[in-house]
Amino acid sequence: MKAVIDYFKDIFFGLKSLWAGMRITGRYFVSPRSIVTQKYPENRDQLQMFERYKGEVIMPHDDNNQHRCTGCGICQLNCPNGSIEIVTRKELSPEGKEVRVIDQHIYHLDMCTFCGLCVKTCPSNALIFGLDFEHAVFDRSKLIKILNKPGSSLKKELK
Amino acid sequence: MIMSFNIYDFSGLTRSIDNGLREIMSPGWAIFIELAIIGLVFLIFYALLGLFLVYAERKVCALIQNRLGPNRVGPAGILQTIADLIKLLMKELIPLKNADKLLFNIAPFIVIIASFMAIAAIPFARGLHAIDFNIGIFYVIAVSSLGVVGILLAGWSSNSKYSLIGAMRSGAQIISYELSVGLSLLTIIVFAGTMQLSGIVESQANGWWIFKGHIPAVVAFIIFLIASTAETNRGPFDLAEAESELTAGFHTEYSGIRFAFFFLAEFMNMFIVASMAVTVFLGGWMPLHFGTDNAFNHIMDFIPPLVWFFGKTFVVIYLIMLFKWTFPRLRIDQLLTLEWKYLLPVNLVNILVVAFLTLMEWHF
Repeated sequence: MKAVIDYFKDIFFGLKSLWAGMRITGRYFVSPRSIVTQKYPENRDQLQMFERYKGEVIMPHDDNNQHRCTGCGICQLNCPNGSIEIVTRKELSPEGKEVRVIDQHIYHLDMCTFCGLCVKTCPSNALIFGLDFEHAVFDRSKLIKILNKPGSSLKKELK
Repeated sequence: MIMSFNIYDFSGLTRSIDNGLREIMSPGWAIFIELAIIGLVFLIFYALLGLFLVYAERKVCALIQNRLGPNRVGPAGILQTIADLIKLLMKELIPLKNADKLLFNIAPFIVIIASFMAIAAIPFARGLHAIDFNIGIFYVIAVSSLGVVGILLAGWSSNSKYSLIGAMRSGAQIISYELSVGLSLLTIIVFAGTMQLSGIVESQANGWWIFKGHIPAVVAFIIFLIASTAETNRGPFDLAEAESELTAGFHTEYSGIRFAFFFLAEFMNMFIVASMAVTVFLGGWMPLHFGTDNAFNHIMDFIPPLVWFFGKTFVVIYLIMLFKWTFPRLRIDQLLTLEWKYLLPVNLVNILVVAFLTLMEWHF
């Protein structure tokens, strides 16, 4: 007798769970607001990327064209595939001391895997991830970027 | 030739075409021309419906998965399947080494011819019927299971283990589920007292069998839906092609338009199965009636039968698509357990109940 009851229980619970699944998919089918797909090129104007989105590595500059990069080269050392090249030069400080200054922070976007190690290890938080993601170009050389702007200098109050 | 066109009764139209042809040529030629016309009509119907069903499937699937689906080619992507068809037509038909050439080439045709044969017996409206056998249901069950021969040949001749495994699974599946399809249709044959499809539709003029047949008809309808989904090799019973295990199952080695034939046959089989469910359980092209002679019935009578037929068919097709995109695929042992341990015994008891109900004349 127990076997018979179990048999009908099986059928009943089977149908119940199938019904539960079909209710969810049926609800999604009739609720167009649950659609997550975005029509990309059309919604370019109002497209808002997320705060933590890793679009590209950038070096933020303030209004006085100053950045925080000291040219220490830690990002270059940490980059697993050599996407970062640091070129420094020596400069005389107002006190007459010779100091190292960043000349070019060369970033190879075409090699970058967006692992984020450079951003994470930078001791002076000079690098962050930008939200721009439209990197398609017709020439690979356009993907090699120099992150520090021409004529920029180190932010002093950091010291 | 006098054309008497009536949207509620097509028998006048077909008779006038027949008479017109007989007036201008010998009866033999007239029948030949009629066959050619019917074949052409079905070919065009196949092409259009196939394109539409593929599009509908992709849209339904997308909406269920919170996506938009095709939306680039044409407004709301309606031309997407036409673009896909052109792509498939232009693709190379890759010849296989060590394949059985003859069987490999004829397998897609067997599959598609089986579904062509089945669609001939389906009544679309009053008088709109290629052949009206007195054993219509029997005929449809018989020819629709011919398709598995094509699938088995495709799997065997491809000389590929994926294809062979897929084909064998399909064979096991169809042999088991054919029983349930037949038995669930048998319940309605017992109720209606005829196997003629037009006769079954006429017997539902005062109410569809799913309403008239009490609970046994509902049980039979559910079993028919499950078993026929399995018979068309659609998810959750798509073990024959199980893309995560067998790449594409029996049609792994097919390319271009030969693959398109399998694809089209799958969708058309879904249409045939849905239209069988509609014809047998949901009143075919009969409008929805409650009681006798009231205003509601007259309004329903006003809607043309073709609209009723295709409307109901697409509802059932939507249900089958919902099954595919809701349920996970069954394992082969679960598939066979479901059939032999649950569907078949329930079905047999159901038929017994139906026979008793019919004997006592307890249905409406």
